[in-house]
Amino acid sequence: MSGYLAMGGYALYVWGSYALTALVLGLLFFGARQGLKRRERELDSLRALAPHRRQRAGSKKGEST
Amino acid sequence: MTDTTTARSANLHRLANPGRFLRFADRIYPWCFGTMLLALTAGLVGALALSPADYQQGQSVRIMYVHVPAAWMALFVYLNLALASASLLIWRHPLAGVAAQASAPIGAAFTFLALATGSLWGKPMWGTWWVWDARLTSVLILFFLYLGYMALSNAFENEERGRRAGAVLALVGVVNLPIIKFSVDWWNTLHQPASVSRIGTPAIHSSMLWPLLVMALAFTLFYVVVLILRMRSELLAARLRALGRLAVEGR
Repeated sequence: MSGYLAMGGYALYVWGSYALTALVLGLLFFGARQGLKRRERELDSLRALAPHRRQRAGSKKGEST
Repeated sequence: MTDTTTARSANLHRLANPGRFLRFADRIYPWCFGTMLLALTAGLVGALALSPADYQQGQSVRIMYVHVPAAWMALFVYLNLALASASLLIWRHPLAGVAAQASAPIGAAFTFLALATGSLWGKPMWGTWWVWDARLTSVLILFFLYLGYMALSNAFENEERGRRAGAVLALVGVVNLPIIKFSVDWWNTLHQPASVSRIGTPAIHSSMLWPLLVMALAFTLFYVVVLILRMRSELLAARLRALGRLAVEGR
C-alpha cells in the first residue's frame, strides 16, 4: 500500500495533480451552487416583500371568474 | 433532409427561450450529475488502479488522466464560448450571452488545471516546471483570454453591453485555438504531439485509452452541470434586477 502511495517516487507530482484538480473543480461546483441558492433566497424574500404582485395575480383570477 | 434540419433549428430556437431552457435544464440536470459521478468513479479507478505504469515515465504517467482531459476541456469550453458569443452578436439571443458568460470561469479553471498539472508533470519528466515553448505559451494566452473576457464582460453597468464587448474579444481569440492545436506540429516543442487522434489508430494502448476517455466524459458532464447551475443563477440575477427596477419605479 505504501509502495502504491509512493507512486514510484512521483507521489508529490501525481497526488499533487489529483488534489489540485479536486480542489479547483470542487470550488467551481460548490461556488456555483452556493451562488444559485443565494439568489433563490433573495428572490423569495423579494417576493414576500412585494405583495402587490400577488394581488395582481389575485385580481386577474377574480376577473376571469 | 431539409425538414429535419428546420425541425432541429426550430428546437434550438425554442431552447433560446429562458423559460423553456430552465425546464429543459431542470430535466437533464440529475441525469448529467448522476452520469458524471459514475464516469468520475470509473475513470478514477481506471486511472489510479487499473491502468499500467508507463514503460518510460513510470507512475508519473497517471498525471495524464487529469492533464489531458483538462486541456481538452480548455479548448472545448473556449469553442463553446466563441459559438455562444457569435450567436449573441448575430442573432442577439440573450440566452447565448448568458451561456457565454457562464462558461468563461469554467474554461479558465480547466485551462489553469491544464497548465498546473502540466507543470507538475514537466518537473519530473523534463526537469523543469515551465518552458516558453509554443504549446505552453499558447495555452497561457488562452488562460489570459478567458480572464480578459471575464473582466471585460463584467466591466459594464449594462450586462448586455458587457457580454457584447466580451463576445468580440472571444471571437478574436478564436485564432489562438488552431495555434494551440497545431503548435506541437508547427514548431519544435518540448511538449509531445497528440497520442489520441481521430484519424487512424491512437498511439496509446487501450488500457490507458479507456480511463482517459472516461475521465474526459466526466469532465464534459462536469462542465454541463456547472454551466446549468451558473446559467440558472444568472437568469435569476436578471430577474432580481428587473424586480429591483420595478420596485424603484413603483415608489
